[in-house]
Formats: sequence, C-alpha cells, structure tokens
Amino acid sequence: MAIGVKVMARPEQEVSYIRATLKGMALTFKHMLQARVTMQYPEAKSTDDWRISTRWRGTHRMLTDEQGRSKCVACGLCPQVCPANCIKLVPGEDEGGNRYPLIYEIDEFRCVFCGYCQEVCPEEAIHVGVHYENSEYSRDRFVYDLERLQAQTHPVSTLWDPADPRGQ
Amino acid sequence: MTPDQKGFILFAVIKLLVVFTVMMVGVALLTLVERKVAGWMQNRPGPNRVGPSGILQPLADGIKNFIKEETRPASANEFLFLLAPALSFVPAVILIAVIPLAAPLPVNFSANLPLVGLTTYHGLMPMSVAELPIGFIFVLAFSSLGVYGIALAGWSSNSKYSLIGGLRASAQLISYEVAMGLSLIPVLLISGNASFSTIVARQQQGLWFILPLFLSFFVFLISGFAETNRLPFDLPEAESELVAGYHSEYSAMKFSLFMIAEYAHIVTVAAMVATLFFGGWDIPFTHWDERGGLLQTVITSGVFFLKTFFWIFFVMWIRWTLPRFRYDQLMALGWKILLPLSLAYIMVIAVAIQVIESLLGWTDPKTEGLALFALNLLLGWLVFFLLDRGRVVRGVAPQARVAAASAEAGAP
Repeated sequence: MAIGVKVMARPEQEVSYIRATLKGMALTFKHMLQARVTMQYPEAKSTDDWRISTRWRGTHRMLTDEQGRSKCVACGLCPQVCPANCIKLVPGEDEGGNRYPLIYEIDEFRCVFCGYCQEVCPEEAIHVGVHYENSEYSRDRFVYDLERLQAQTHPVSTLWDPADPRGQ
Repeated sequence: MTPDQKGFILFAVIKLLVVFTVMMVGVALLTLVERKVAGWMQNRPGPNRVGPSGILQPLADGIKNFIKEETRPASANEFLFLLAPALSFVPAVILIAVIPLAAPLPVNFSANLPLVGLTTYHGLMPMSVAELPIGFIFVLAFSSLGVYGIALAGWSSNSKYSLIGGLRASAQLISYEVAMGLSLIPVLLISGNASFSTIVARQQQGLWFILPLFLSFFVFLISGFAETNRLPFDLPEAESELVAGYHSEYSAMKFSLFMIAEYAHIVTVAAMVATLFFGGWDIPFTHWDERGGLLQTVITSGVFFLKTFFWIFFVMWIRWTLPRFRYDQLMALGWKILLPLSLAYIMVIAVAIQVIESLLGWTDPKTEGLALFALNLLLGWLVFFLLDRGRVVRGVAPQARVAAASAEAGAP
C-alpha cells in the first residue's frame, strides 16, 4: 500500500474467500429463479400491491356545474395564496351580477403542486389531480387555460385530512 | 494450383465466413444475454422493449452506435487513437480460429466450379478455421497482444483517467499472462502436444482434464477473468473510480469495438476452458461421436456450444456476484498466489507423470488420469487448506467461533 494509508485489521483467520464466493454465487443464482418485481409501466400502471396515492397532487382540474360552466366565482383567493404565483385570474361579471373568470390560466411549469389552491377554494372549483402523465411537445402547452382545465377528467386529489393523517 | 489446394482454400474460406458471422452475431447477442442475466439476478426482467422479449436490442444498440457522433479529444494522438480499437478487436476475434468447434467432418468433395476449375477435398476436415500444430502457443501469443490495444487507447486519449486505465490494464494483463501460461503447462505435459485437436483427443481417451488437472483449471479460470478485464478484475474500466478507464474518450462505433472485443474475449476464454478442461466437443461416456460423419459433427458442435455457453454464463454470473478487487489485492493474488501455485503444480504434475508412466508403468490414459485425479483430490484439499485456511469445506465451526470470542473477552 501507499505511504500513510491506514490498513484495517481484517479477520483473516475467520474468513474463507472461496466459501464466501460460493455462497454469493448461490445467492445470485437463487435470485435469478425468483419472480420479477418490475411493473411493466406503460401497460400496467398499478398492481394490487401498489397504486398511486389518492393524496397525490398532480396537474390541475377545474370542476364544472350542471350547465357545464366552471364553478369558479373569480374570488381571487387562489392567486393570492399561490406561493409560486402561477395562477393568472382576470375576473368578469355577467348581467345578473355573478362573477366568473374571464381568463383563468395556470402555468404548470411554475406550479409547485402544494395544493393550497384546492384548500383555499370556497366553491371547490379548482383541484389538484391524481395524474402524472403530462408530456407535451412545446413549453407553451404547459400553460393550461380554463377550457383545458375543465376538460381534464382525471380524479382529483383528496389532499391531507387532519382527521385522518395516515390516509386510512 | 492443384485441385486439392483449391479445395483447401475453398473450405477454409467457407469456415472462415461461417465462424466469423456466428461469432459476430453471438457477441451481439451476448450483450443482450448479459443484461438479461443482470436483470434476472436483480429480480428484474431485463431489456424487453425492442422485439419479442428484447431480442432485437443488440440491433438497436448497433444502429444507435453507427449513427452517433464520433468525438475525438483535441489533443489525442490521432493515429494511435484510431488504431487502438482495431488493435484490441482483432486479437480477440482471431483466437476462435484455432479452436476445434466440432468433430472432424469426413468430406469427399469433387466438383468443377466455374472460374476456378476442378476443386477437390478428400479426407477428414478439421472443424476449426485453422488447424494449427502450435494452436496453443498461438492463443497465448495473441491473447497477450490485446493489451496493446488497451494500453494505446489509454495513452493516446490524452486523458488522466484513460491513462490510468491503460496502465492498470497493462500491469494486470502482463501479471496474469504469466500465471495463465504456466497454468496450462500441465495440460501440455499430459497431452504431449500443443495442437488443440490432440488435446481434445487425449481427453477422449482418458479423463476430461478438469479431473486430473483441477488446479490448472482453477488458476486458468481466475487468470481468464483477469485477461478479459471482467469483474472482479475490471480495474482498467473501473467505472466508479476511472469513469470508464481506457475507453472513456471513445464514442460511437469505436467504443462499440471495445465492447465487441471484450465479449469476443469472453467467448474465447469460455471456449478455451471448454476445450482444455471439459473435453472440447467430446460427448462423455460414449465413443459414438468419434466415429465421424455429418450427424456427429452437427451434434458435437451443439455440445461444444453448450459447454462454451455455460462458461460464458459463469463469467456473467461471477460479474453480478463479486465486487471489484482493490489494486494491491489484484497484484498480490497474481504474483504471490497464482504464480507460485502454478509453478509448484507444474513440478508436482511432472514428477507424478514420470512416476506413473515410468516407475508404475500405467500408460493407459484412463488409469493415468484416475491416478492424477486421486493426487489432485489431495492437492486440492491441501491448497485450499493453505489458501483458505481450511474453511472451504468445513466452514468455521460454531464452537470454535464461540471459543475464540470468549478467549478474546477473557484476555483484554
């Protein structure tokens, strides 16, 4: 060894290298015959042992009422609470004095998926979703407008429930 | 040229093409086999996306490597940088040429071919590309040529990691070349000839050399691992210390050539182990395969393939089992254990053969083999007792361990 290298005292009398090698080879061979644990992802997205959590916070979804209009009343709480400042909301008002969003855009690249928008929403309109397949061919496709947010169909997140902290 | 010479050239070319093609396709498939074995040993399925259960993966890799950009370090020595992959590729592939791949085929060929005229071939055709009388020495000579490719690749890349990888490779290959060559001397002592077909024939008359020459096999296998730069001796590559060692500056098809060379080396070492210690193309317990004929040739080639494939699998098995040696451990193993061991073994076997053949007069190959096998049982036990302190077979007895622990605790 080079100068100044500390050489550990090894238990040489206790160690049998060939026996250890044979044991290791038996182990790897045993593993070769065992069942494979890999989930074949694009074909299988969940198994009985594993599925994505219902508390998963993915890309957003805007819920709609019976007439197909968004539930949003443009109160402005979600852009206010958003820590990443990714929600753009321009409120409008119709003849009956009901507020609705003229523009509602979420930049999913800026979003940190904290789920505060869903927690703060008084109308249960904006939700984070249980969804993770988001690939697109260009960056501007990641700014979701109102129409697109309403068109999403994936399940919405249940978020964390203080009454049931472990999700049981 | 006489018709006989034409026939010889014709069949040599045919054998050459067949063996080279099989070798290249086999090497490509071995990259897949390696990844599959790696996956299975880690409870994964391995590559299974390209083609049915991943069978076209090597093709995809090949295409990828062909269309990739070739990069060249600015301060590399261009000529040597280009030469190195070829220098490591050629010796690796050429070695398979002298190994007999099947039982000799009796050929009775006579035809008037266009352009070349009358072409004939009569008699037994050896099923190796080149039936060299010095086959064995040829293999040793060419396998040591491989080190030039690696050392030059490391040096010409003009990179620190590559250089260290190249230096390690040359030190390692030279050290283990000695042990490898010496470990095979007992094979020559028994068979009395350096040509592979004689060695195989001798094993058919007597015992497979694994039994009478077990320690030779042991040393040869370990040095074979070192010669192919495979784990646990892959210090020239050592991806965790040296990035990728000697080929870290190579890209695209030049890198592929190094990979092909590595796998071709594995094939060669596996084929050598099968030929030298496991009877080559011999089918045990029968003499039917020595009679000669087309069927025999086909079946014995299958047997040879199976034996070779087992040892290829063994190489991969070891790779995914053992971690890498430390450099000083590698050198100590080579020079302090394997070299003295193989030297002493040569002496013991030489004396034993002299005693058995001259004093006892047991010249029958089978009797001689059995006598040497008995000697090897004793020697093997002794060597593993010394090398491994007796725990290969027994294991550490639990009482002994408890006694040692209590003795330590009692005497602080």
